[in-house]
Amino acid sequence: MLSLIGIVIVVIGFVLRINPLLVVMIAGIATGIASGLGPLEVVAAFGKAFMTSRYVAIVWLVLPVIGLLEHAGLKERARAVVAGLHAATTSRILLAYFAIRQITAALGLISLGGQAQMVRPLIAPMAEGAAENQYGELPQSVRYKIRAYAAATDNIALFFGEDIFIAIGSILLIKGFLDQNGIHVEPTQLAIWAVPTAISALIIHCTRLLLLDRKLRTEVATKIEKA
Amino acid sequence: MMAGVAVVNWGDHSNARRFNNTAFWGVYAITFLAGSHLPDLANGFLVIAMVLVASIRGLGQGKKESATREEREERARRWGNKLFVPALAIPLVTVVGTVLFKKITIAGTPVVDLKQVTVISLAIATVVALALGMIMLRPPLLAPIKEARRLLDAVGWAAVLPQMLAALGALFAIAGVGNVVSGLAQRWIPLDNPFAVVTTYAIGMAVFTMIMGNAFAAFPVMTAGIGLPLIVHKFGGDPTVMAAIGMLSGFCGTLMTPMAANFNIVPTALLELPDEYAVIKVQIPTALMLLGANILLMNFLVFRH
Repeated sequence: MLSLIGIVIVVIGFVLRINPLLVVMIAGIATGIASGLGPLEVVAAFGKAFMTSRYVAIVWLVLPVIGLLEHAGLKERARAVVAGLHAATTSRILLAYFAIRQITAALGLISLGGQAQMVRPLIAPMAEGAAENQYGELPQSVRYKIRAYAAATDNIALFFGEDIFIAIGSILLIKGFLDQNGIHVEPTQLAIWAVPTAISALIIHCTRLLLLDRKLRTEVATKIEKA
Repeated sequence: MMAGVAVVNWGDHSNARRFNNTAFWGVYAITFLAGSHLPDLANGFLVIAMVLVASIRGLGQGKKESATREEREERARRWGNKLFVPALAIPLVTVVGTVLFKKITIAGTPVVDLKQVTVISLAIATVVALALGMIMLRPPLLAPIKEARRLLDAVGWAAVLPQMLAALGALFAIAGVGNVVSGLAQRWIPLDNPFAVVTTYAIGMAVFTMIMGNAFAAFPVMTAGIGLPLIVHKFGGDPTVMAAIGMLSGFCGTLMTPMAANFNIVPTALLELPDEYAVIKVQIPTALMLLGANILLMNFLVFRH
């Protein structure tokens, strides 16, 4: 039971919004000590785990080129392209992106998107640009909302698309785990049973995206009234 | 690159906290350049040093934009749609790389470790895109580093959070946190009702994923603790359906937790949102409705014969 102390620390820390780096480090050290490691062993275990997960930082490698292109006006260009399409609304852009992202992820092309590569430089400015076309200059809170929706759309489409592809990490993990327990399943079967959830995700999130335009309209209207 | 960011920060007098920034990114750079050659203990202390620098006085930001909006709009008109070429080259080259690397083998062994294929392809793609951008735009040689530092300072400490959480997950595993939690779950659920068991399994996957930040960590624990003994062996459920939908219930949890920082916290930093939970807040309604859908789907499908 004592080893659950880390979870308690993390929950309290996140609720109180203390710097998450500090919270996570303290939770890690507390968990290690509670499970009977010495202080130096805990520090070593932490350092080792930090090093072995260095690959997650690979995404920062795209920042120089994205920054360079933004400096040359990439976001402004993305907005301008959307301004030329009269049918484009925030909802429709995000719907189109959701569909493309989920389908390509289902085909195993999970890297055809991503927060640093696609959402920040292209998708979020496009969604914002479409709203600007419709409503003129946007209140800052509406901009933030559109960006958050763009990021969420990328995540949801990815999560509930990738499991339809048979060679993805989660399917291999399931197969490996069930094999160890003497149950043999086919990856294709696992992928097929991911389809109903994928369709549900599509229906649920796309409905919410369809309602987004209306929500933005009322929000812009009330903000302007107040001002 | 991190070292470059540290050096540029050093020279920027517009940032009141420039020494903190230099120290933070400098130490981070050391973990990349020398991390593999240092003992675990030294790496651990480097991580602690970074956390202390970031949390005690905090990191600052220099002057925000390197060009005004008018300047950028002017440039956007000059370059036109050509600007999209390097940007779209990143995903396209990555995808081509992942497909090709899996096919290319020398004497039966793949040239690239299969687990690393995506990571290596992405690295190659960024180099290609950067080369395209440099040739096209002909900026000063240091411009990419300066721009990277602008973006990275906007992201701030959140850049390191995914790695910190992965480290925490490893310590949870050493301490056996998973087994304790599944033991607790088993004690609380009514064991005689298949609907209650399926519901507990799906919600348990989501909640446990929220705690660990990762459905992969939750799956073995929940499935060994509840899924296999109860759903499969006791009630004769189909393990394939259970596992597939169970994993996806875990993904619903991923959408709702700050522990999955690279999906939920890092984007708020990248998009410069003041509320670090903004993305999670948007995702929660979808995640909860989808979890409900998963519970119903699993009930119908797992016992369908």
